[in-house]
Amino acid sequence: MTGPLRHSALADRGGLERRHPRIFRPPPGPRVATVALIVGAVGLAICAMWWLEFSFDRIGSGLVQLGYFLQLMVPPSHGGKLSHYLGALAETLAIAFLGTLLAAVLALPAGVLAAKNVVANRILHFFIRRSLDTVRGVDTLIWALIFVSAVGLGPFAGMLAIAAADFGAFGKLFSEAIENSDRKPIEGVVASGGGELHAVRFGVLPQVFPVMLSQVLYYIESNTRSATIIGIVGAGGIGLHLAEEIRTLEWDRVAFLVLMILVTVAVIDFISARLRFAIIGRRVAAPA
Amino acid sequence: MMRAYAQAVSARRARVMLGAAILLVLIAMSARTSEVDLAVFFARIGSVGDYFDRLLRLDNGQRVWTDLGEWFWGLGRWSRLLFDTLLIAYLGTFLGAIGGFCLCFVAAENLTKSRGLRFAARRFLEACRTVPEIVFALIFVVAFGLGALPGVLAIMIHTVGAMGKLFAEVVENIDMNPVEGATAAGASWTQTVRFAALPQVLPNFASYALLRFEINVRGAAVMGFVGAGGIGQDLVESIRKFHYADVSAILLIIIATVMVIDLLTERLRHRLIGAAR
Repeated sequence: MTGPLRHSALADRGGLERRHPRIFRPPPGPRVATVALIVGAVGLAICAMWWLEFSFDRIGSGLVQLGYFLQLMVPPSHGGKLSHYLGALAETLAIAFLGTLLAAVLALPAGVLAAKNVVANRILHFFIRRSLDTVRGVDTLIWALIFVSAVGLGPFAGMLAIAAADFGAFGKLFSEAIENSDRKPIEGVVASGGGELHAVRFGVLPQVFPVMLSQVLYYIESNTRSATIIGIVGAGGIGLHLAEEIRTLEWDRVAFLVLMILVTVAVIDFISARLRFAIIGRRVAAPA
Repeated sequence: MMRAYAQAVSARRARVMLGAAILLVLIAMSARTSEVDLAVFFARIGSVGDYFDRLLRLDNGQRVWTDLGEWFWGLGRWSRLLFDTLLIAYLGTFLGAIGGFCLCFVAAENLTKSRGLRFAARRFLEACRTVPEIVFALIFVVAFGLGALPGVLAIMIHTVGAMGKLFAEVVENIDMNPVEGATAAGASWTQTVRFAALPQVLPNFASYALLRFEINVRGAAVMGFVGAGGIGQDLVESIRKFHYADVSAILLIIIATVMVIDLLTERLRHRLIGAAR
C-alpha cells in the first residue's frame, strides 16, 4: 500500500524534518519515563515469578496435563447424573434470587440512612458509608465460608452469603439513587399539602423505585454467576458438583457442568436485560 | 376525564399486582428448592449473631481488642502470605493485560476487517471471562499442583477476557483520522496500531489495568480456598478449625489491604485520566 502521499512525503523528508523538529526528535523526558515504567513493570513481574517459585518444568508439565484433560473433556457428558445437576442448578438460581432479594430488603433502610439528603449529619454519613464499603470489600466466597461454619452446610448459608456480599453494594447504589432524585416533585407534593410520608411515597419513590428494581435485576444476574461457585466451599448449588467432579477427574462431566453454567448465565442475562429494558425504558449502564 | 384517570390507575394497579404475584410465586418456589422456610430462617439466623460474637473473642473469652498482640499473633506469617497474594494479583493482572492488549486490536471492529478473525477473538475473550476464575483455579490446581502458579494463571485468563473486551471497546471509540492518515501514508497493520491507535488509548488502558488490579487483589485473596496460594489458605484453615480470633484478624488485614489498594489505584487513575485530557 504505497500511495502517492508516501512518495511525496519521502521526497521532502529533509524539509519536513526541518519544519517539524518536535515530531522527528521528541523531547527525551517522557520517553525515558515510559521506558523506565515498562522496565519497572517487567522487572517486578520477573521478581514476582521468582518469589512465587515459578519454574519452566512445572509450567511445561502442567500444560501437558492440561492438554490431556482437554482431550478428555470432549465429548461433554453428564454421566447419568443429569437430574442431580438440574436440581443443583435450580438450587443455584434459587440461592441467587433469594439472596439478592434479602440483600435488597435489608439494604433499603441502610441506603436511606446513607443518603446525604436524608441524613445530613456528616459524621454519621461517613460512618455508614465506610461500613457499607467494608461489607463490600469481603468477597462472596469468604462470606460463604463464614456462613457455612456459622449455620452449617447447604443452600441457606449460600443465600446468606449472597445477601451479605450484596448488602454493601445495594446500600451504596440505593443511597446514590436517592441522592440523585429530583427535589421538584417532592416540593410539589409538599406545596399541595402533602405530609412527609406523602412526599416519600409520591415524590421520591416513583423516581427511585425503577432504578432500584433494575439494579436488583442486574445483581440477580451477576449473582447467578457467584451462586454457581459458592458450592465449592459447601454453600449449596451446582458448584458442589463441579468441585467434586474436578477432584475425581471426571473431565467430561466437568465440561458438561461448565457448559450448563454458561448457558444458564447467558439465558438469565438475556431475560434480565429484557426486563430491565422494559422497566426503565432505556438502557442503563451496568453499575461497576 | 375522571373515568380515564381511574382506568389508567386501575390498569397500572393490575400490572403492579400481577408483578407482585409473580414475585411471590417465585419466592415460594425458590424457598422450596433451596429448603429455606421462615421457621428455619428464624431458627438459624440467631447462630449467625453468635458466630460474629465469637469472632470478636480470643481463646480465653476476652474481647479481641483487649490484647492486640494475642489477636494478631501471626502477623509476620500473614503479611508474607498477603505479600504473596498481592504478587499473584499483580502477575495475573500484568500477564492478563498483555494478553488482552494483544487481542483487543484483533477484536476491534474498526481495525480488523476480517470477520472470521474478529469473531474468533471475541468468542475466545467471552469464554475467558464467563467461566469464574475460581473454577479455572480448581482445574489448574489439579494440572499444575498446589501453589501460586495455578492462582496466577486463573486470574490471568479471567483478566485476558475482561480486559480484552474493555480494551476493544476503547479501541472502537478512537478518532479514526490518525488511522486513515497512517494507512494513507502506507503504514502496515502493526504500524497503524502503534502510531495511530496506541497513543490514543494508552491512558485508558493503564487506567483499566489498575482497576483490574484492584479487582484481582480481591480475587487473589480467595484463591487459597482451593489451594492456589496466598492468604486464602490461612483464612480457610482458621475458619474450618474454628480459630475465631484468627478469622477476624485475617479478615481485617484483607479488608484493610483492599481499601488501601483501592485508594492508591483511584488516585493513580485520576492522574492518568487527567493527564490524557
